[in-house]
Amino acid sequence: MTTTLAPSQARPAKRPVRLFRHLMSKVALIPMILTALVVFVGGTAWTVVHSFTNSRLLPRLEFIGFDQYERLWSTARWIVSIQNLALYGFLSMILSLVIGFTLAALLDRKIRFEGAFRSIFLCPFALSFVVTGVAWQWILNPDFGLQNLVRGWGWESFAFNPLNDPDTVMFGLLIAGIWQGSGLIMCIMLAGLRGIDEDIWKAARVDGIGTVKTYVRIIIPMMRPVFVTALVLIASGIIKLYDLVVAQTNGGPGISSEVPAKYVIDYMFRAQNLGQGFAASTMMLVSVLIILVPWAYLEFGGKKRG
Amino acid sequence: MADATLHAGPRGPKPKRAFSRANIFIYGTLLLVSIYYLLPLYVMIVTSLKGMPEIRMGNVFGPPMDVTFEPWVKAWSEACTGINCDGLSRGFWNSVNILIPSVILSIGIASVNGYALSNWKFKGSEVFFTILIIGAFIPYQTMLYPIVILLREIGLMGELSGLVLVHTIFGMPILTLLFRNYFASVPEELFKAARVDGAGFWRIYFQIMLPMALPIFVVAIILQVTGIWNDFLFGVIYTKPATYPMTVQLNNIVNSVQGVKEYNVNMAATLLTGLVPLIIYFASGKLFVRGIAAGAVKG
Repeated sequence: MTTTLAPSQARPAKRPVRLFRHLMSKVALIPMILTALVVFVGGTAWTVVHSFTNSRLLPRLEFIGFDQYERLWSTARWIVSIQNLALYGFLSMILSLVIGFTLAALLDRKIRFEGAFRSIFLCPFALSFVVTGVAWQWILNPDFGLQNLVRGWGWESFAFNPLNDPDTVMFGLLIAGIWQGSGLIMCIMLAGLRGIDEDIWKAARVDGIGTVKTYVRIIIPMMRPVFVTALVLIASGIIKLYDLVVAQTNGGPGISSEVPAKYVIDYMFRAQNLGQGFAASTMMLVSVLIILVPWAYLEFGGKKRG
Repeated sequence: MADATLHAGPRGPKPKRAFSRANIFIYGTLLLVSIYYLLPLYVMIVTSLKGMPEIRMGNVFGPPMDVTFEPWVKAWSEACTGINCDGLSRGFWNSVNILIPSVILSIGIASVNGYALSNWKFKGSEVFFTILIIGAFIPYQTMLYPIVILLREIGLMGELSGLVLVHTIFGMPILTLLFRNYFASVPEELFKAARVDGAGFWRIYFQIMLPMALPIFVVAIILQVTGIWNDFLFGVIYTKPATYPMTVQLNNIVNSVQGVKEYNVNMAATLLTGLVPLIIYFASGKLFVRGIAAGAVKG
């Protein structure tokens, strides 16, 4: 009895040693902790704080309130960037989902060569945005590409020159962006479709519901989580849109295909106007939070309750 | 009994006619869409095999009349970016020198992270992990400049090793998640038995966990090789012309304003840059899909 009591009495004295419990695990996680705290939290906070300063070539802590933001929202290039991103984002969400789902549904019809088709659709995803942009720049080249080809067939007045027209340049980028990214959405959709019970299909057939109607009324509502994942994925890709623009149009003609990520980088590293870059990147962060917080709440807040 | 089987008729679904209207629609659509996905690759290949006079005359989709490999040679060893005229080979070797240490370092750290987070939890470990995952959703733009300062302080700005560090940092959230989920699925008894036998942190990692985690290592390698090879943003910001990775160099070659545009050389350069991820893609097959499905959370 006394022997068993002794250790339990000694326990409170041993408490400080808790710090060394799983010590090696703590040591091993130091790189992760540093990344999380210094780079992710510290770096983001640093940028947000410095967005309220008049830093130009070098970061300085001379606060000027919201001046950088006022300047930002009165700069034509930023407004154009936002509009472009909104247009590109909206269209690429719709198109990626529609194309991705349609292709996945077609591949799911128990067809032959499914693997071959899937490899073809996913193949561009392995390529970088720079490669994608450069390739489509060439195909959309008015003198040698598609336009020239159709004119060569005898349709002399045919005009398809999106990359040199300020009104349609974003569609030129969209063609390339969809080409690169829709294969991934197809893959996710296909995985979602494969997760649906075969009995659902049998039940629908017994009830005499047509194939298209079954997809629209039964399958798509059942795949809500898959669609949400796909949407988050597309959205986070859209906000990062940079490499493709640099490679395909470099923001031109004029400023008609500028995007926010490019604005940030150009102001920080080319125009030597750090404050503007910080303010613009803080706006990007805010917009991500606006999209992400409700999603995270729905996704993870719901799980805890359930 | 025999009677019943006779009357049951053939098993399985009714054999479909090969040319039903539905099938024509399905295969027709798929073939049409395939053209959209394959066309750029085809155009790049044929363009890169033509001479410039032929490109100026003919159409982009026509196969080359005189196949020439000169554009490829030129793209690899002569194409100019600014004052350097030693072709893409410089960028290729830079990319290789960035890729190999980045992949090893990022996967090494992330696998230890995942192992520690699932088997050696301590107070606060989950908090740090949550911060790390949230960090994956923060736009890179907000962290670009602080990292410039960080790299300057430790003297790695513009160096290949600086870029390796950046790739390790930004690869960490997704890879840690990948390994944490994998190690969490390993039966705990195995870990406990090893502990009872007196094995410590590193011994359990190297002798038990590492050999078991080989499939997930392959997935992580595919994810990182394609991701790092295709990176442009970090490459353009954290390197200098002598250390530009291949993607940055490609962009500079193709979009340089000086000189006559040599479209065939540009396309050869583009294909050369895309070759490594394409090889990974076709060699890895189903694992690539698993890799991107895992990377889908990347944000």
